[in-house]
Amino acid sequence: MLKKIMRIDRRIIFILVALAVIIPTLLKVSFPITVSEPTRKLYDYIEDLPSGSTVLIAFDYGPSSMAELQPMGMAFLRHCFQKKIQVIGMTLVTDGATLGYEIMQEAAKTTDAIDGEDYVYLGFRPGTIQVMLGMGTTINSIFESDYKEKPLAEIPMMAGIKNYDQIDLVLDLASSSTTEAWIAYINTRYNQKIAAGVTGVIISQMYPYLQTEQLIGLMPGLLGAAEYETLIDTPAKATKRMSVQSFVHLLVFGLVILGNVAFFIQKRENENV
Amino acid sequence: MRRQVPLALCFVFGVVMVLIEFSPHPYSKSLYNEVINWSLIIGPFALVLGVATLVQTHWIRIRRRAEYWQYSFVVLIGMIVMVAIGIPFGPSHKAFKWLFMNIQVPMDATMFSLLAFFIASASYRAFRARTLEATLLLVAALIVMIGNAPIGDFIWNKIMPFDNLPSTVRQWILENPNLSSRRGVILGVSLGVISQSIRIILGIERSYLGGGD
Repeated sequence: MLKKIMRIDRRIIFILVALAVIIPTLLKVSFPITVSEPTRKLYDYIEDLPSGSTVLIAFDYGPSSMAELQPMGMAFLRHCFQKKIQVIGMTLVTDGATLGYEIMQEAAKTTDAIDGEDYVYLGFRPGTIQVMLGMGTTINSIFESDYKEKPLAEIPMMAGIKNYDQIDLVLDLASSSTTEAWIAYINTRYNQKIAAGVTGVIISQMYPYLQTEQLIGLMPGLLGAAEYETLIDTPAKATKRMSVQSFVHLLVFGLVILGNVAFFIQKRENENV
Repeated sequence: MRRQVPLALCFVFGVVMVLIEFSPHPYSKSLYNEVINWSLIIGPFALVLGVATLVQTHWIRIRRRAEYWQYSFVVLIGMIVMVAIGIPFGPSHKAFKWLFMNIQVPMDATMFSLLAFFIASASYRAFRARTLEATLLLVAALIVMIGNAPIGDFIWNKIMPFDNLPSTVRQWILENPNLSSRRGVILGVSLGVISQSIRIILGIERSYLGGGD
């Protein structure tokens, strides 16, 4: 029996994972979300900004991470548009260009935000660090036009925005090391306030920057997105997905415990022989 | 000359860029902006090189009918179609968006989603408390995992009197042991980067020039 448990066919585990996703999705189960301090700090910062302030969002991720990061972008954009905070969108990642555009369009539709007045989407430029640094001099030296190729000079919202001096916060939605680059080059050089929303696997890397306040807030993974949805009182995709993900976490938790119990019993039996 | 010129350029630009950081003079600022512009222009050359290498590699595989050459064919067709639509019509064109949202997005998302299955299977097989270090890792991972899912707090609050303990302990682990160890790693890496940069600027480290020197 023990050997059977220890050598359980991985296809059975795959089926269990699939069931742990499918059943809660069909049953539409949901759990209350406890908001963590780093997410609340970001929310509070936006709450304290006066209307007419400007934030920049960098959609630095591709399709593989969009399940976690797209809901963050949506919740954050909704909050900004509701508070009449102007948003500039851009990306340092090729694959992020279309994703950023789509999410800004979707958020604008739900809040009646107007392109060119409440938000501008700049799209992608190659060069990562050079792009970040170049925007510190003038944004239009890097992006002469927006994503739809309209010159920035003709966009009303951009009239008073020259560089980081007119931007109150940079939010980096990231699946790689771009947040660290924003901190190292833009926070340090221009004293720009930075916040981040990152995938689950890189959350732990962000905590040193939170303590030093180089990051003013952090949305940690899909949970962070669900927390932000809770704070703006608009439960959406992340809240649903987080409840589903809970069952997979619970399954993996149970499997690890089961595996270890079997391992210890077998170890004891081997020692007694 | 093939080695001296790049070494001299590296030294001059390295030293100048370091000095610029300490000078607020307008000349130094304009020089800084100029260098940023140059590096922005140089950047896209990497793209040309990347595309040329990709085409060459896959074209050779197709010509030689190497194993799984059919996949190389798919790579080239995919690239040609996206370039043929993307360059003349731009990335906001309907066709480009449709291809991206309906082919690349589902494929990328599927590949990443498969990880959940493999992680579940691998954690069951390999995550064993064999040593003290492995046990510490295992316990921390289990707490963070269950504290990271709302179901952890939900179950705990039903059966225990202290509210939200799993998420509170998870946060403590992230803000204390995790933060301390990460800071050590960051400091170590940063010191390594500084010393390596100095070696490159002074021409001691030359491996970036190629040729195994």
